[in-house]
Amino acid sequence: MTATLAAAVSQAIPSGTEYIRALPELVLAAFGVTIMLLDPVLDEETSQKTLGLIAFVGALAALASTWYMAEFPGLAFSNMVRVDGFSIFFHVLVIAIAAVIILTSYEYMTVQKIRAGEYYGLILFGVVGMGLMTSAVELVLIFIALEISSISSYILAGFRPQDASSTESSLKYFLLGSFATAFFLYGVALIFGATGSTNIDIISGVLQTGPVEVLVYVAVALMFVGLGFKVAAAPFHIWTPDVYEGAPAPIVGFMSTAPKAAAFAVLLRIVFAINAPGRFWLVWVSAALSMTLGNVGALVQSNVKRLLAYSSIAHAGYLLVAFGMLTPQDSVTGISAAMFYTAAYAAMNVGAFAVVSHFANAGERYVTLEDYEGLGRTSPLLAATLTIFLLSLIGIPITGGFFAKFYVFSTALKANLIWLPLIGVVNSAIGAYYYLRMVVMMYMREPRKEVPVTRIPAALGIALAISVIATIYLGILPNRVLRYTLDSAQALIQHPGHAQPDTQSLRKPDTF
Amino acid sequence: MNTNHLDSVVLTLVTLAPLAGGLLLVLLPRRDRDIRIFSLVISLLTFILSLHLPVYFHRSLPGFQYEVDKQWISSPNIHYHMGIDGISLWLLLLTTFLTPLCVLISWKSVHERVKEFFIILLILETALIGVFTSLDLFLFYFFWEATLIPMALLIGMFGHERKVYAAVKFFLYTMIASVFMLAAILWLYAQTGTFDFVIIRDQIAHRAIPHLPAAAQWLFLGFFLAFAVKVPLFPFHTWLPDAHVEAPTAGSVLLAGVLLKMGTYGMLRFNLGLFPEQARHNAPWIITLALIGIIYGALVAMVQPNMKKLIAYSSVSHLGFVVLGIFSFTQAGLNGAVFVMLAHGVATGDLFMLAGVVHERRHTYEISEFGGLASVAPVYAASFLFIVLASMGLPLLNGFIGEFLVLSGAFQARALYGILAATGVIWSAAYLLWMYQRVFFGKVTHPVNTSMRDLIGFEKAAIWPCAVAALVMGVAPILWLGAIDPAVQSALAPLDQLASKVVGQ
Repeated sequence: MTATLAAAVSQAIPSGTEYIRALPELVLAAFGVTIMLLDPVLDEETSQKTLGLIAFVGALAALASTWYMAEFPGLAFSNMVRVDGFSIFFHVLVIAIAAVIILTSYEYMTVQKIRAGEYYGLILFGVVGMGLMTSAVELVLIFIALEISSISSYILAGFRPQDASSTESSLKYFLLGSFATAFFLYGVALIFGATGSTNIDIISGVLQTGPVEVLVYVAVALMFVGLGFKVAAAPFHIWTPDVYEGAPAPIVGFMSTAPKAAAFAVLLRIVFAINAPGRFWLVWVSAALSMTLGNVGALVQSNVKRLLAYSSIAHAGYLLVAFGMLTPQDSVTGISAAMFYTAAYAAMNVGAFAVVSHFANAGERYVTLEDYEGLGRTSPLLAATLTIFLLSLIGIPITGGFFAKFYVFSTALKANLIWLPLIGVVNSAIGAYYYLRMVVMMYMREPRKEVPVTRIPAALGIALAISVIATIYLGILPNRVLRYTLDSAQALIQHPGHAQPDTQSLRKPDTF
Repeated sequence: MNTNHLDSVVLTLVTLAPLAGGLLLVLLPRRDRDIRIFSLVISLLTFILSLHLPVYFHRSLPGFQYEVDKQWISSPNIHYHMGIDGISLWLLLLTTFLTPLCVLISWKSVHERVKEFFIILLILETALIGVFTSLDLFLFYFFWEATLIPMALLIGMFGHERKVYAAVKFFLYTMIASVFMLAAILWLYAQTGTFDFVIIRDQIAHRAIPHLPAAAQWLFLGFFLAFAVKVPLFPFHTWLPDAHVEAPTAGSVLLAGVLLKMGTYGMLRFNLGLFPEQARHNAPWIITLALIGIIYGALVAMVQPNMKKLIAYSSVSHLGFVVLGIFSFTQAGLNGAVFVMLAHGVATGDLFMLAGVVHERRHTYEISEFGGLASVAPVYAASFLFIVLASMGLPLLNGFIGEFLVLSGAFQARALYGILAATGVIWSAAYLLWMYQRVFFGKVTHPVNTSMRDLIGFEKAAIWPCAVAALVMGVAPILWLGAIDPAVQSALAPLDQLASKVVGQ
């Protein structure tokens, strides 16, 4: 009795390698805590710069530790976390987004005169949650990670206290977000009831061997609702424009890419690793609705942040097209297409918001389309950069956006989906109109006198350069990234179900 | 230099040289003169480099030459596959020939945002060349879409009063249409697992694609729609006059000279090359549209009060000839179609430059604003007359050869086609000469015109090379047709098999 207890205890204590498999999260949390501790002791003037720098170093350290972590693939913490190509990919993506956003915030916070150390801390904590979301294979842990990432975004959305719309944005996001996570949790509970486990590997094994209960369909639908909210897919998208309009511009760039990428990672795991039954029409309807509502909604916007909010709904729709695959072979390319799309979308959208947050100026005064008139003359470099991102969002060649869209649609056609990609291409033609309107504003109108032209500071310059290079790199030389996504997609499909998890200590469902 | 070695890279060099020049231009300081000289040098170098292609071209061989085929992306299976045959060879050369002239004609007329202008122009050149050299459908679509933005920017940034409207209209029309081509390309890839034009063509010819019979008509239409808007074929032509009238001179030259040819080239290469059966089935209504375009374009051109609009509608009419020639499926018709493409590129490109010259001096294109210019600017008038004659198809100049061949092809296909199309030749003489008479003959009607300057050096340098080309093409068309004919014959081969099969049944 004591011997088994001792064995159980010793197995419960994680080994050193297991810590490495959560190293980026640990590093980020450590830096986040450091920032919170330093904030009160630093004086107001210098704290902003110092803390920002610490946060940036933290993100770089997390990137390095992800690189190190990649050497140790496998399960950790009682089979709750899995390090594989898939989670490495999303770790790198999410952390890189955070790093660029921190660089963007550097200038933004000074201009907006927001003095708060927890801003950077919250970004890092958010990334902890997002990283965990991508590597967790235990639904309860996924839920906790989802909450960590969501709560930090709720607070970050309200970081412009002078502006009522920011508070509104934060509150709206919080209320609707909690509602959505409840849906997710309910789905988790139901699937536990149906299969007797919350571990993705075991669930997929149970679903493959036994008959599928009705409860499972309900559970999949509920989890889809929860995650659909997080990725702003229609019909769960209503919150997006309001929240994006009120939140600080760099944070919108963050919210529209990093938590979205993490939520898509969870969705990919649930849909493909579990091989969730009955998801086809859910995905189909949601994708078609998101593309159409997003693009049509964006046509009439005059506020750039709202416009990009609708555009992000539309892009969630394009991305969901990749989820419509059913056979294992198609699923591999589907996953790979979805992964590539998240990366390409992150590159261009973070870049676009970096420009928006620079241009918005104190109090975010200049955020309407008309304010961009003549930017091509007053500030050619900024205009050219924004144009590249907009062209990528339209899907014009040499940009990552083009290739991502092309890949998703060609994958879908290859899986014999005809209508979804057709709706997609028609929608991208509609979408061209409103992105193009911004290009027209910048290049074909006379500049407005009252909009001040400010120099691009070094940190923002680096952020923009990274985004531009990533956008073009993914458009011209996507081969390496593609191969990586294909390999990790293959592994994701093969892992669960087909082979049981590799430790004996796995608790059987009947012990609960 | 070892020519064999150069053969394998020359297409890549020609394609990317302007782009490289454009990127270098980004780094150059904003000294307008230096930027102009640099752009001229780059575009001339590209032209000289592209001369390698016809010199070492094996005229008797029908297939693709100077081929490069490297894997670009492994999954999806995309290749960097380039190559040219006798058709794309000359369209490529037309592009590299017109671009330096565009630089010259813009020398004085573009004063604002000079750097942006030339960067866009050079990027546009790369995209245009890429369209004609790509043999991979992905690559083709890549360049096809890449031409859109620079052209829209040229119109929208450097155009005249209603430039924004024209630029957006141009962009949306062509973008929406090409989306259907993308869908067709993706479908082909889903079925064949490759984007390679040659492989797909062979698979279709050997009936190796299972679901093709059901989809072929839709695929044909998907490609056709994208090309028809670009040409532009009759009901899709409404963007063209707006785009031309508002575009800066260099934009109009490339638009009329090269961009429209992308459409007819696409029809020839893809609609005919990939779907010969569907091409045959659909030929009657396409020819009908082409004939309507020829006559309607000419009639509308006749009543235009605006010089540039007149030339734009004449393009609709001339491009109708090209489409007619292609879908006549005769050797003469196809040879003529390709030759009209080249002749129209040179002549109409030059007409737009000439129209740009008066706009530069008077800031208007209204024909009624001029009159009696022949006495004020004799050199200009003489150059203009020469090109007008070339454009309307005077024997010994280039327009004649192409139209003659197309008409003889049309008569072979069906006498009625030939008869109707032949009226187009008469109309074109009418509207061009009438315009010429109103602008140049008689007394000077507006006193401001008495002090109008004749052609200056840069303008001569831009306009005369086209005139020379028009003459040489008219006198010695065999230099061009010698390379065109084998390519045309191989394009017709599957159609002839089809015809003999029908007869055999």
